[in-house]
Amino acid sequence: MSVRLATVAVFAGLAVLGCKGDGSSPAAVGSASQAAKLPSPPADVSLNGSGATFPNPLYQKWVAAYQASEKGVRINYQSVGSGAGIKAISDRTVDFGATDAPMTDDQLGKATGKILHIPTTLGAVVVTYNVKDVPDHLKITPDVLAGIFLGDVKKWNDPRITALNVGVKLPDQAIGVSWRSDGSGTTAVFTDYLCHVSTGFKDKVGSATSVKWPVGSGSKGNDGVTNQIKQTPGSIGYVELAYARQTKLPTMDLRNKAGKFVEASLEAIAAAAAGSLGKIPADMRISIVDAEGQAAYPIAAFTYILVYEDATDAAKAGALAKFLWWGIHDGQKLGGPLHYAALPSEVVSKAEVLLKLLKASGKPLLEGK
Amino acid sequence: MDLAGYRRRRLVDLAVRGACVAATLVAVVPLVLILGYIVVKGGAALSPAFFLELPKPAGETGAGMANAIVGTLTLVGLACAFGVPLGVFAGIYLAEFGDNWLGTVIRFCSDVMAGVPSIVSGLFVYALVVVPMGRNSAIAGGLALAMLMLPTVTRTTEELLKLVPNALREAALALGVPEWRTTLWVVLRTAAPGIATGVVLAVARVTGETAPLLFTSLNNNGWADGIDQPTASLTVQIYQYAGSPFEDQQAQAWAAALVLVVVVLVLNISARILVRHRVAGAR
Amino acid sequence: MPGWRIGNLGDRLFRGIAATFATIIVVVLLVIAVALTQASRETLSAYGFGFVVGQDWNPVEGANEVYGALPFVWGTLVTSFLALALAVPISVGIAVFIAELAPEWIRTPTGFVVELLAAVPSVIYGLWGFFVLRPVLIEHVDPALSRWLGFLPFFRGAPLGNDVLLASVVLAIMILPTISSVSREILRAVPNTLREAALALGATKWEMIRSVVLPYAKSGLTGAVILGLGRALGETMAVTMLVGNKPSMSLSVFEPAATMASIIANQYPEAQGRQHSALTEIGLLLFALTLVLNILARLLVWRVGRLPGDAGRA
Repeated sequence: MSVRLATVAVFAGLAVLGCKGDGSSPAAVGSASQAAKLPSPPADVSLNGSGATFPNPLYQKWVAAYQASEKGVRINYQSVGSGAGIKAISDRTVDFGATDAPMTDDQLGKATGKILHIPTTLGAVVVTYNVKDVPDHLKITPDVLAGIFLGDVKKWNDPRITALNVGVKLPDQAIGVSWRSDGSGTTAVFTDYLCHVSTGFKDKVGSATSVKWPVGSGSKGNDGVTNQIKQTPGSIGYVELAYARQTKLPTMDLRNKAGKFVEASLEAIAAAAAGSLGKIPADMRISIVDAEGQAAYPIAAFTYILVYEDATDAAKAGALAKFLWWGIHDGQKLGGPLHYAALPSEVVSKAEVLLKLLKASGKPLLEGK
Repeated sequence: MDLAGYRRRRLVDLAVRGACVAATLVAVVPLVLILGYIVVKGGAALSPAFFLELPKPAGETGAGMANAIVGTLTLVGLACAFGVPLGVFAGIYLAEFGDNWLGTVIRFCSDVMAGVPSIVSGLFVYALVVVPMGRNSAIAGGLALAMLMLPTVTRTTEELLKLVPNALREAALALGVPEWRTTLWVVLRTAAPGIATGVVLAVARVTGETAPLLFTSLNNNGWADGIDQPTASLTVQIYQYAGSPFEDQQAQAWAAALVLVVVVLVLNISARILVRHRVAGAR
Repeated sequence: MPGWRIGNLGDRLFRGIAATFATIIVVVLLVIAVALTQASRETLSAYGFGFVVGQDWNPVEGANEVYGALPFVWGTLVTSFLALALAVPISVGIAVFIAELAPEWIRTPTGFVVELLAAVPSVIYGLWGFFVLRPVLIEHVDPALSRWLGFLPFFRGAPLGNDVLLASVVLAIMILPTISSVSREILRAVPNTLREAALALGATKWEMIRSVVLPYAKSGLTGAVILGLGRALGETMAVTMLVGNKPSMSLSVFEPAATMASIIANQYPEAQGRQHSALTEIGLLLFALTLVLNILARLLVWRVGRLPGDAGRA
């Protein structure tokens, strides 16, 4: 009987594997109506990617749209954080990685092949908060922002904040700082900005995908931080613009390099990118925080998909190259509704050059484009 | 007789009894609260789409977790395929041949293994399977879960085989049945319902595991093309959606929690029924 | 088993297979230890024992990069012991109630319900803790504690939700069934003759429990508590979702903390180089810690009597 049971267990396992292995629709919980909805033919190519949570809403949209038109391709993107994306592509446990923080020379040097940074979209890191009866668009200067995240500014009614927001009644409430507990490109972009504008922050904390925060508590992913702020009165944190907009959290207007208080918007992000166009290197690794320009939002960033220039599996690499080509062209118009700014045309042409470099076993993948 | 003293003693006795009842209530209250919340919140979010559809980007309606349900079944099936035969044979060894130093060492290791934090087994499988294989996969997840099942299955098998009366073994052997057939067809069979209970309890435990899957099977937004691919599971999906700021995804997390709790509780209760059957059968 | 049968080929084969499978358990355990040690070579040689007492954890590459495990060891111990302090009296109360006081008809269902608590997956405790318990603590419990007990260092600071207190309360609920079900088995193993003797001398139920049952079961109960502690130490999901994940060492339960398991869950997916080594070494430490505790608990529990199917409840 126990042998029988064990056998049953084994067969149950094998049955599940069997039906998955040959790619037919998983019939384990199947029904006629369901089978119709499932992709019944096996995908010719499965692509696995992981990394940044910053562009995740856009990538999920991309995948859904792309799979609808390209039947033979299945793409699985997991938003595990930029740090994890960099590790996954370095360890080759995925077909592509994703990050908002360009890989460092050191990280690139340790990888077992040449990794390219393909820019996919432009986003902004916003400072969002949850304080009762306080309106949207609180004004903040870089040094006060750094002060909050260093733990020097502890209360919402601190004179340094109230002086910037005359007419707004701020409560005598402790500021609860919220940050990312996982390795995050959003953290890297945000701390990169704070290091640009505050030497105190640069000395005490520094910039990386994970840093040692002097105050506050950590949550996982852009979603986790957004959720944490939503659920916690008195809290403040930094998230990608799309997360704040979709959940209707208020955001702060930041004073930029030109001295203007700017709201994070698609135009302000585009303005930040426009100011840096001349400086973009061929490998696309660039920080555009604290950008010049009257209308520029100071914490904008490119986000990238990471791929090996020379791949071994031609079918996979070919499908990936086509997907990325689609992304930097057709995919761009899906960004707007989700609060991601389209890549400037100069950047698209530079990205095209990079994509044309992609090859499998030495053979170019995108010939004739 | 010292009546006042007696009354005081009675009072203390009553007070302690009351405290014990209170303690039991205090423990039962969170369970009722937790189950209540899951039923209310999860029930509200549960729909046919939950079982039939794939996850969708936040904000789109009609999302489901069909892939995560199949994924959890796959992972648990693989864990059983790896863990149950291994555990049962190890248990046979311990019960039938294990009265020696090797048996003691194995028994000890098995107990220690039962206490290994599940996240450590995830770390281990990541280093030994995921990195060499170049991919997160259901196989890796199944192996990590099997490591958690193994000690339970081993020790349950051993203890139940030891309960089988020696007369049965002797009778079979006296009939000329070889030892291995005796063990498999007579002894193991007698102990089968009990072992099944152990297996069911182990399955119930690993069905609810998240930590060992984080680095092994990871997750998948769609169907996995085979067991060598990243695979979705209910638990990892709950973890992801629990942190989500989007209310529709939070609702999905509650729905998944309800499904998971129902499965785990059904497994636990059926294990108990199996036990009762065994007891009734023995009488 | 009769020795003359050993010659039989089928039997020898069978015995060999069983022995091989059983030995795999030992091998796996050894491989875990070796693999973890291997992968944490870099920090093992860079910091040596200093790793365990190092107070700083800063993964930013450059001059400030440093790895010390003390904040996580601290966070793990503080949350676990606080959970124990909350759970032990209740668990022992349940065990006494079920084993000594309750009539038969109430005994089985109560024991069953309490054990169901153990079956609820830990990620669901995290979900519930975050959305249900956390608001209650923020709005009612935390303000009351800081108003009445705020002068103590344990209740200092501004409670913001994800902190030691929240994680510990949820952990307490999680380890309660482990401790109470093992304790119940221990109490049942106390011989009835002892109870009868005490009652015959005119003791009340409580006097009997206090003077006869509890002393007899003492080491077994300690073992039960240690098993609960073992579960609390290694708990990952619920704690990661609730504890705040800030590596710091504060006495206040209103401060966020990070545990050994939570830092692994958070940073392992991205960790490379020295950080990877440091996290693996934390895994190794956690492995060693639970190993020692389990050995201790089992020695204590075994002195009273073996537990049926105990492994399953660990």
